[in-house]
Amino acid sequence: MAKVNIKIEGHPYQVEQGMTILEAARACGFNIPSLCSFKDNRCSLASCRVCLVEVKGARGLVASCVYPVNEGMEISISSQKAIEARRHSVELLLSNHKKNCLQCDKNGKCELLEVSKMVGAREGKFIGDMTPSTYDELAPGLIRDTSKCILCGRCVETCKALQGIGILGFENRGFKTIVSPTQNRSFAKSPCIQCGQCVLVCPTGALMEHSEIKNVDDALKQGKYVIAQVAPAVRAAIGEEFNEKIGTSCTGKMFAALHRLGFYRVFDVNFGADLTIMEEANELIERIKNNKVLPQLTSCSPGWVNYLEYYYPELIDHLSTCKSPHQMQGAIIKSYYASKHGIDPKDIFVVSIMPCVAKKYEKIRPGQESKDGDKDVDAVLTTREIARMIKRSGINWAKLEDDATPDDDLIGSYSGAGVIFGVTGGVMEAALRTAYKTLTGKEHQLIEFKEVRGLQGIKEAAIDINGTIINVAIASGMKNAKVLLDEIKQGKSKYAFIEIMGCPGGCVNGGGQPYVKPMFLPNEDDNILDTYISKRASILYSEDEKQTVRQSHNNPDIIRLYDEYLEKPGSEKAEELLHTFYNNKREKYPN
Amino acid sequence: MADIIKNIEQLQEKIKNCTQCLNDKINGKDGKRHIVVCGGTGCLSSDSKEIVETLKRLIDEYRLNDQVTVNMVGCFGFCSQGPFVKIYPEDRLYHAVKVSDCEKIIKEDIIAGNCIEQLLYEDPTTKKKVEKQDDINFYKKQMRIALHGCSLINPEVLDEAIGYDAFKALIKVLSMDQQEVINEILASGLRGRGGGGFPTGRKWQFAYDQKSDEKYVICNGDEGDPGAFMDRSILEGNPVSVIEGMMIAGYAIGAKNGYFYVRAEYPIAVKRLQIAIDEMRACGLLGKNILGSGFDFDCHIRLGAGAFVCGEETALLNSIEGKRGMPRPRPPFPAVKGLWGKPSIINNVETLADVPYIIRVGAKEFAKIGTEKSKGTKVFALGGKVNNVGLVEVPMGTTLRELIFDIGGGIPNNKKFKAIQTGGPSGGCLTEKDLDVPIDYDSLIARGSMMGSGGAIVMDEDNCMVDVAKFYLEFICDESCGKCSPCRIGTKRMLEVLNKITKGKGSLQDLDDLYELATTTKNNSLCGLGQTAANPVFSTMSNFKEEYIEHVTDKVCRAHVCKAMTKFEIDKDKCKKCSLCARNCPVGAIFGEVGKVPYEINQDKCIKCGACMSSCRFNAIYKR
Repeated sequence: MAKVNIKIEGHPYQVEQGMTILEAARACGFNIPSLCSFKDNRCSLASCRVCLVEVKGARGLVASCVYPVNEGMEISISSQKAIEARRHSVELLLSNHKKNCLQCDKNGKCELLEVSKMVGAREGKFIGDMTPSTYDELAPGLIRDTSKCILCGRCVETCKALQGIGILGFENRGFKTIVSPTQNRSFAKSPCIQCGQCVLVCPTGALMEHSEIKNVDDALKQGKYVIAQVAPAVRAAIGEEFNEKIGTSCTGKMFAALHRLGFYRVFDVNFGADLTIMEEANELIERIKNNKVLPQLTSCSPGWVNYLEYYYPELIDHLSTCKSPHQMQGAIIKSYYASKHGIDPKDIFVVSIMPCVAKKYEKIRPGQESKDGDKDVDAVLTTREIARMIKRSGINWAKLEDDATPDDDLIGSYSGAGVIFGVTGGVMEAALRTAYKTLTGKEHQLIEFKEVRGLQGIKEAAIDINGTIINVAIASGMKNAKVLLDEIKQGKSKYAFIEIMGCPGGCVNGGGQPYVKPMFLPNEDDNILDTYISKRASILYSEDEKQTVRQSHNNPDIIRLYDEYLEKPGSEKAEELLHTFYNNKREKYPN
Repeated sequence: MADIIKNIEQLQEKIKNCTQCLNDKINGKDGKRHIVVCGGTGCLSSDSKEIVETLKRLIDEYRLNDQVTVNMVGCFGFCSQGPFVKIYPEDRLYHAVKVSDCEKIIKEDIIAGNCIEQLLYEDPTTKKKVEKQDDINFYKKQMRIALHGCSLINPEVLDEAIGYDAFKALIKVLSMDQQEVINEILASGLRGRGGGGFPTGRKWQFAYDQKSDEKYVICNGDEGDPGAFMDRSILEGNPVSVIEGMMIAGYAIGAKNGYFYVRAEYPIAVKRLQIAIDEMRACGLLGKNILGSGFDFDCHIRLGAGAFVCGEETALLNSIEGKRGMPRPRPPFPAVKGLWGKPSIINNVETLADVPYIIRVGAKEFAKIGTEKSKGTKVFALGGKVNNVGLVEVPMGTTLRELIFDIGGGIPNNKKFKAIQTGGPSGGCLTEKDLDVPIDYDSLIARGSMMGSGGAIVMDEDNCMVDVAKFYLEFICDESCGKCSPCRIGTKRMLEVLNKITKGKGSLQDLDDLYELATTTKNNSLCGLGQTAANPVFSTMSNFKEEYIEHVTDKVCRAHVCKAMTKFEIDKDKCKKCSLCARNCPVGAIFGEVGKVPYEINQDKCIKCGACMSSCRFNAIYKR
């Protein structure tokens, strides 16, 4: 990469050509406050005007987040003009921002608050009217509060560029401008898949998960059997909420903390993942054997399921009928587990702890309940919400024992295959391990299928099972999924099985995971935004390696469940409890 | 279906024929008489369409069809005196013609051959009737380059444009290489007429230097300044000249396609532009291999939906691409990465209209007009408190005094001149002390205003300058796209302060706050709209500081515009006790007794609507 010579505050530096001033300054050890830019210049509208600096010879101040460096450029970040301009931009934003910071769930991770501190914003500047605002809490997954929105446009860009959907856009003009789904509809009334990627990038509290902490509190208060079950990807990131470095394995501490929150039992959704594999591998084999609709598409990511229902409803037959792991596990808790212990399912309250906001919607979908109408899962908390519950309970994370495990009670064990569900390619690998055994009668020698690992948006592999080649593909993020779906639509798809995850990178980067914001992570590498997903994923792969049981079908609790209750994968009982159906949602939005 | 013009020789032949035809018409050599009627928007709204129809009907009735023609032409410019009817070959101009005058025109002029004195324009100073357009003071200092052919040719007939110089420049250009064309434009000193004044040739050069399989020329016809109608009139009066300018630009930079971005609120301009494009396509002047030269060019119209910000070039690009009209950060500049990511140039309508002239007469001739750094002419839409409201094209370097008093005919009702706002909402006001400033890009900027696209609004002593600033801020506040925070919030906060001041609730601190806000909005905003949004505040504050101070300290509005600080009162000595004011008062705030007790206004009840003042026949009511 060619280098250019620049000066910052009169000091000479050499930086890579093509960098923006913001990137170059960071590389040279300067932090320019900025709000609208995200992932450096890859997503930047230059709209917040907070990163202004002076450049010798330039007409006026320049927005460092988009302005490229060039040879001989002389930059001043600390000139009085630049300092004042940055402060004024922030003060103007604050004058139109609902400042209930003390009660705002974003407190501590609010970039506006942090930037206000950085620029020294003064109280009571530029006071005036506020933009008429909207508080949208109709969607089960997300809340949109425009009174806190600073119109940086990150969510707009993310939804459009990253997910290829484009639900969010700017509405109205001038001071009345807001960010919203078209015509300021609710998320619930627009074809939003509720993946929550927008929540991850929002610098303020304008986009948040729809919190269910109160529902859990109420259930605990009522003395219900509140059973917590935690998804694989949560352990890969929860430590970040407690200042652990990204990529630190926190499974033991997580279970230790959960055991201290007053739940009746704490289980691992890895068990449910193993169960899903049993059913899904069986479904795949049935489809292949009976020449039914292929490729089979995975169904464990509810954001992705929403996407298919809204945008490719004609492919519904391709979607596996398997419920997602936590829904399966909830159904088992309220049937098998409840009957074994003689508990009335109505007294059980299942709380899923998930890296996901779409799961909040999934649990209320039709087809996710028992014959008696009991919902499989009663509440879904994101990783961020459970961290809040841990914090408020006074637990000192640093001093927690770190070898705690789930409760060993009928459904407490899990295999390594269940763990890797949390990363893109994991479901595929877990399914292949079991499908191999079912089709060949023996275990795959190497256990691992490394060809399906990695964070590329689209991956494919050809797996040789006893001489039969099975073509598989994996996509994460809807923009990538679209490519594979279009192939299916055009009849060009060569695959038998496709795994799709709603969020880029899979559940480790789910919409309910801790925020990764460099300004709050002074001890992380500069390129943390490029590496955090793989760091989280590596936790899951190393946990898989540590397990003695690596395949779902070898999980002893799974074996017992089938022996004593479900009989076999795809049995009538399994169909009733573990499978669901889908709806064409495009009809609601014909255009 | 028109015949295809296959090569330059055929076009030259056509030009010869059409020119002959047009000249014969003007000189009367064809033995006919020709009536033209102004078809500009102003005159159309004063029934000029009905005038044309009535004239045609009468000509039918009197069986004059083979002796007289009636045509609609582009704007005459002298809008306050329209509608205009001109008669060739006498070159006789009738003004303020009504539908009811048509019969008289046919009978007395066309049939009897007499000039109708009462329809002639009367010079307000000499009180003499003026028959010929060129003898009217309004036109004397004008020079029509961008408005070439407007008010002369029928804009809906391609042959008329061809008869009046169209495509002569194109022919010339097709024998030059691209760099030669750009050099010619560079040498002419032409600068963008849309507001910024960036040298057009340099813009073209940047785009020419880019290597790309596709490039675009875009004509910015999103004229949005309040009171401006320069581009509209050019497009309505001679659309072919703008298309020709665009073709030359396309040839110079290597573009095959051009886009006209025109406001949807300009239906006549759009219609005439479309007619011209269709006619040109039909005879091969647009399309593939134009005139056998190997040059491909076509143009397309895109309608703007009425957002002022879409006049900002990067917002305009987004709008053409079907996105929300929000400006893009620069760099990259449009010349590098413009429409659909391809190198693009965006030129204003008037700029492109100047191009054929420059090529036709040569850069040297063009550069003789104007001042050292601002060449050529500039079209202004002169409006506000001035006698001769209308469209004016003057050489750069003309002074404001000439513009307002010689061409504009001064201020109505003997009021005192106070200021002239140039550059629209992004500009500023110039005052008495600036009257002898020669108008060019740099001198206006040096005095805190700008050329802008050519809006020129004159204000007199009855204008409150705080209110003027508020008016422009209201406009900008509504038109801000909302993308960047300084513009979105800053303009709103400024407006709030100005509202406070005009309501009599301001303090000296507010003036400091206003200045701070204005500075922030200027320094921090993303695009030109925000960066210049505070200009009306800056220029009124610097030129009329005392008015601001009066508003906040004495709670006085000297122009009696700000209602909160204005009282209506009745002069007891002048009151004839007629009760007319009391009867017109919508809130019953005036009391007295007919013929006995002079009337008085109850200030607590008065809503300051001014109905009493306009109803009083004895000037007994005044503002204080």
